[in-house]
Amino acid sequence: MRVSVEEARCCGAGQCVLLVPEVFDQSVDDGIVVLLDATPPEELHGPVREAAAVCPGGAIDVEET
Amino acid sequence: MSQGDVQQTLSYPIPSEAALEPPEEWGRLRQECPVAKVRLPSGDEATLLTRYDDVKQVLADPRLTRRLTADDAARLTDSESGGVFNSEMSNVIPDRGEEHLRWRRLVGKWFTAKRMAALRPRMAAMAEQLLDEMVERGQPADLKAGLGFPLPVYVICDMLGVPADDRDRFSRWSDMMLTLTRYTGEEASAAQLEFFTYMSELVAAKRAAPGDDLLSELIKESEGEGEGLSDMQLIVTGVGLLVAGHETTANMIGKMVSMLLDDRTRWEELLADPSLVRTAVEEALRFDANAGFGLPRYLPEEVEVGDTVLPRGTTVICNMAAANRDDGAFDDADHMDLRRSPNPHLTFGSGAHSCLGQALARTELQVVLEVLLRRLPTLELAVPTGELRQVDGLVVGGLSEVPVRW
Repeated sequence: MRVSVEEARCCGAGQCVLLVPEVFDQSVDDGIVVLLDATPPEELHGPVREAAAVCPGGAIDVEET
Repeated sequence: MSQGDVQQTLSYPIPSEAALEPPEEWGRLRQECPVAKVRLPSGDEATLLTRYDDVKQVLADPRLTRRLTADDAARLTDSESGGVFNSEMSNVIPDRGEEHLRWRRLVGKWFTAKRMAALRPRMAAMAEQLLDEMVERGQPADLKAGLGFPLPVYVICDMLGVPADDRDRFSRWSDMMLTLTRYTGEEASAAQLEFFTYMSELVAAKRAAPGDDLLSELIKESEGEGEGLSDMQLIVTGVGLLVAGHETTANMIGKMVSMLLDDRTRWEELLADPSLVRTAVEEALRFDANAGFGLPRYLPEEVEVGDTVLPRGTTVICNMAAANRDDGAFDDADHMDLRRSPNPHLTFGSGAHSCLGQALARTELQVVLEVLLRRLPTLELAVPTGELRQVDGLVVGGLSEVPVRW
C-alpha cells in the first residue's frame, strides 16, 4: 500500500489522526495533515483505508500495491 | 423527475411525525425528486437536495458558500435579521479563497485531534460533575438540561477563556441567537447585541492580559505576523464558535442517548463492549433524523447537480440527514449499526467548509457516552419514545427534553 496526501484539500478534521496516529499527524502550525508513513505495515491497512474513506476533504489517496 | 414536475411546492422544513424517525417524504424525494423545489418559512423558494452524492457534491464545491446576502438569495425566515445565516455577522469572516483558508488554519489548529484528546480528562471531569449533580437531584431527570446543554458551553467557555461564572449567560445568548422561531426578532437581536458587547470586552481583556486560551493565542499570532485578525474578526470568531458548537452538540448528546436507549439492545451492546463507543458515535451522527435545517448554499454561477442544471442565483438547501439515509451510499441505511465502518456521513458537511469543530464534537460525544456507560449503566428512557418532543427551533434539531431514570 502506498499512501499520499494532498495538503491543499485537507480541512483539518483530524479523522485520520484519530484513526491511525502511526500514519497521520496534524501540523501544529495550521492543523493540516502530515503524512508520517507513506508505506504503512499491513496491520494498519484497514484503518488507513477507513481514514481515506471518511476524510471530508478527500485529501488521502491510497494506492494498493 | 425535474423540479418543474412537482405540482405543489413542498414546504420546508418538512415536519416529522416522530421525534427519532425520518419524515417519510425523504425516501420519496431521494427516489423521485432528488432536486426539489421547496418553499421556505420566508415564502421564498429554494432547491432541496436529499441524495448523498448530490449533497456531498454541493457541500464540497468551494465556489458555493453560505453567503446568502446576495440580492437574489432566498431568505430563510421573514424576520428582519433573517436569522443566523443571513446576519451581517456572517460577512466578517471571509468565506472563500485565500482569506478563508487563512482564517480557517489560524483557528483550525486549535481543533486538532491531539488537542482534543488532551481535553478529554477535563471534559470527563466536567461530565462527571454534572452527572453527580443530576443524580443528586433524583430521578426521573432531564438528561438534556442536566448534562447535554451545559457541557458543551462549559467546554467552549474553557477554550475561549470565559470565566466559569459567565457560562450561564453564554448559554442563554447562544440559545436565543440560533432560534429562528422561538423568540421574536427583537429578542434575538437584543441577545446578539448583549453578547457582542460581552465579547468585545473579553477581547479587550485578553489583549491587556493574555491567558492560556484560544482568543489570547489568536491575538498573539496576530501580533507576530502583523496581519492578524481584527478585533471584529476575533469577536465574531468567538460568537461563531459558541453558536456553532453549543446547541448542535447539546442536542446531539440528547438525541444520541435517546437513540441508544430507544432500542435498549444498542445500549447493552455498548455496555458489553465499550470499545464500540467511537463507531457508535459516528453512527448516531449519521442516523440522526432530527438534524434540523441542513446547510444552505448560494449559487453564484450555474451548477449541474445530478441531471439538473441549477441556474445562477439559486439557493440550495443540503439536507445532510436525508443524504445520510441514502441506500445508495450506506448498506441498510435505515438500520442503526453501532459497528458501521467506514461511516462517511455528511453530518459535519464536506470539503473546505466542513465543520471546523468536528473533532471537538466527536470528542465530547465520545466522552459523554463513556462516562454515562460507566456511571449509569442502568440508564433508560423515563417516557415511551413516542412521547419525546422536538424543539421548535429551525436551525438545529433536537429534543426538548430527554427524561431518563437509572
